[in-house]
Amino acid sequence: MICLGIEGTAHTVGIGIVRDRPFGILSNVSSMYRPPSGGIHPRDAANHHASVFTDILQKALERANIKFNDIDLVAFSIGPGLGPCLRTAATAARSLSLYLKKPLIGVNHCIAHLEIGRAVTGASDPVLLYVSGGNTQVIAFMNGRYRVFGETLDIGIGNCLDKFGREAGMPFPAGPKIEEIARKGRKYVGLPYSVKGMDVSFSGILTAAINSLKRESMEDVCFSMQETCFSMLTEVAERAMAHTEKEEVLLGGGVASNERLRNMVRKMAEERGAKFYCPPGELLVDNGAMIAWTAILMKKSGIEMDIDETAIKQNFRTDEVDVTWRH
Amino acid sequence: METLIKKGAEAEIYLSEWMGRKVIIKKRVRKNYRIKEIDEELRKQRTKKESLLMSGARKAGASVPIIYDVDLSEMKITMQYVEGKRIKDCIDDMDGKEQKKVCKKIGEGIASIHKSGIVHGDITTSNLILYKDRIYFIDFGLGEKSSEREKQGVDLHLLMEAFKAAHENEELFNWVFDAYGKNFEWADEVRKKVREIAERGRYMVRE
Repeated sequence: MICLGIEGTAHTVGIGIVRDRPFGILSNVSSMYRPPSGGIHPRDAANHHASVFTDILQKALERANIKFNDIDLVAFSIGPGLGPCLRTAATAARSLSLYLKKPLIGVNHCIAHLEIGRAVTGASDPVLLYVSGGNTQVIAFMNGRYRVFGETLDIGIGNCLDKFGREAGMPFPAGPKIEEIARKGRKYVGLPYSVKGMDVSFSGILTAAINSLKRESMEDVCFSMQETCFSMLTEVAERAMAHTEKEEVLLGGGVASNERLRNMVRKMAEERGAKFYCPPGELLVDNGAMIAWTAILMKKSGIEMDIDETAIKQNFRTDEVDVTWRH
Repeated sequence: METLIKKGAEAEIYLSEWMGRKVIIKKRVRKNYRIKEIDEELRKQRTKKESLLMSGARKAGASVPIIYDVDLSEMKITMQYVEGKRIKDCIDDMDGKEQKKVCKKIGEGIASIHKSGIVHGDITTSNLILYKDRIYFIDFGLGEKSSEREKQGVDLHLLMEAFKAAHENEELFNWVFDAYGKNFEWADEVRKKVREIAERGRYMVRE
């Protein structure tokens, strides 16, 4: 089965073409919207997605070296995400499905991060630490569903870093720049460490970090912010592992590109005698291949969707999905 | 001699002896993934807070292990060893009358804790121990000083879920709540919160 998956939940629109047997990501093309200044306006991002869509579709087909007719299934990210972006991706997917006369499946974006990670890293039953701009969740499989064991109570970790970056005059996305500057930091500037059970909260750290820029060097604040936020994330991932008695931890989401975070989670896993997994960068960030692959799993487990079941779900929860492809 | 009996995410639990008594030692271990500045402060604060909450809850009338020693250099709390059985392991073997009695005590215990301005943060049936007609509350590691209805609601909601997930009798939680209501004047508001929390969906058990 060959599936074409369309991702479009936030700033990135992507198309991935995936084959199940033998497993292969035939192509994975994406385009990220970068605002000229400030943050992401959903409508501007959606316009960007629409304007580049045919272009990346062409590229995805060319790189996969297949023709339109080779596609057996069309998939798209149905939620959660920004309304205008989701609608753009969904409309494109519906048109493709109707045009090709192939079935259409809407995929939960968060679960797609987990499934592609399992597919390419060899993790079988991991706790996923999913860290991106809008989403920050600790997810694991239990009793037929992917359950959220911990999550952010306010903003996503990526959002926290981006907002700090914006205040500090860095371009979007600020994560990589913060990581670079943090390497030169030496002194730990106290920031509120906010873990509640298995949940985290970042808004207090954001305010405190911005304020401390008045007294402390940029290097030290970036360093302290990373240390605080990532320690919190590693801690809740570990708590979820202890709670669910799972012995694998998997990273997903763009913020997992950060070396410091990876090292912390790797170290935590090592000390627990657990296994650490992290997919390559292009599969960490939002991408079409993860949508395509998850749709294949869903399709093969018997899921079918009528066109009127493909309305987008902006607040689609991870634990709403009946995971029919795992037992 | 110390015997490791449990390894949690942040602490190790040892069975040991202290001045001729059997004791439990809860030791918060160093986490090498985080820098020393964060790690030490965190472990110190949490050890301090947990021991204060435990003695606070005990003073308020709930059964909680007695604290013998708090050591902030080694981040450990030495406390009474409660010999009994976890509610998780024994409640299904009781008859209805006995269950009702136990649930009533759980409800009264939670009410005492909440009245004193403390929330436990992790009331599962593994953290309740039945010993000589008393229900002991253990592991205040996630607890805090708070009188927020929301947090009190979370306490009860968690217990409700624990009962639902692993125990057959659907009346158990109602019995707990009845006793809670008789002993805590804000119980109606807390019940509202429990419902709200359940409806938020995140923890909802869907069939």
